[in-house]
Amino acid sequence: MNSASLLASLAAVFMQLSLLAFGGTNSILPEMQRQVVQVHPWLTAHEFAALFALAQAAPGPNMLVVTLIGWRVAGLPGALVTTLGVAGPSSLLTFLGYRVWYRFRDAEWRRLVQHGLMPVTAGLIMASAALLIRTTSAEWGTAAITVVAALLFLFTRMHPLLVLAAAAALGASGVLS
Amino acid sequence: MPDAPAPPSLLQLFLGFMSIGLYGFGGVLPWARRIVVEQKRWLNAAEFTDLLGFCQFLPGGNVMNVTIALGARFHGAIGSAMAFVGLMAAPFTAVILLGLVYDRYSDLPMVRHAFAGLAAAASAMVLANALRIAAPLRARPFGIVVALATFVAIAVLRLPLPPVLPAMVAMSTLLVWRFGE
Repeated sequence: MNSASLLASLAAVFMQLSLLAFGGTNSILPEMQRQVVQVHPWLTAHEFAALFALAQAAPGPNMLVVTLIGWRVAGLPGALVTTLGVAGPSSLLTFLGYRVWYRFRDAEWRRLVQHGLMPVTAGLIMASAALLIRTTSAEWGTAAITVVAALLFLFTRMHPLLVLAAAAALGASGVLS
Repeated sequence: MPDAPAPPSLLQLFLGFMSIGLYGFGGVLPWARRIVVEQKRWLNAAEFTDLLGFCQFLPGGNVMNVTIALGARFHGAIGSAMAFVGLMAAPFTAVILLGLVYDRYSDLPMVRHAFAGLAAAASAMVLANALRIAAPLRARPFGIVVALATFVAIAVLRLPLPPVLPAMVAMSTLLVWRFGE
């Protein structure tokens, strides 16, 4: 595949994902994985999970996994294409919708749809978690880290970066393998 | 500081969102609120909550949508573009540098092991996010059914999202309308 058509396929995949991302990037991880691992075999499931982890270790919005996928598949042009692709369509909707929001802000259907979206988003993010955990927590050591880290994220106010750093240090120490 | 600060200039928008992008490890939204509402006072708390409600109604990351909408509010399309570039410039660079470092050293066993730990904790972050969002469903039996059906369709059957999403949202909205959950 030549580089122009590779960039075009990346743009098409991520622009479509943009319009599906109700609830943010975490909702579209399974579809993103399906696209870049199965439909276009650009990455393996393990590479996908690794890029996701790497993105969590960087500052900024959690859509950065998209940047890394583009970079891995097609270098810097790829990173720009996927980042702008996943941001573009939803941003355009936001830009256009912002002016008319006040007209339907108090409408009954708006409240119903927003209420209806919530369980779907919950199911999607749960699916993202399940798919990631299946790849990243196959051994008892990493599975234990997942459980403990989830408890820390949920029930303490510990800084997320601290939890990530501790998990990486624990991994590096070799006690998990 | 005056009670009603002047609207931010393009440069102030750019720099403000750049600091949001730099701070936000593992969830930018609390930082966005802190900087936009408390520090810069571009919006008051009620306006921010209202804006967030709008952003959650649309696809796309919430912080990204807040960025676009705030940029548009103060400076139209150019404002949106400047705020977006401000938000993304530093994280974009940082994540690619991390990628380069990972590529360079991922053959070392210690780096591979560190990475296995990091990846496990990163998955836990998504799990915690999912549980937090699912918690209010305890009072909504139909909501639990919809969430489970969505989970099975995507994680177990691995169905494509483009048909599943509208079908589930339509079903879920009908249930809310009919049974008033």
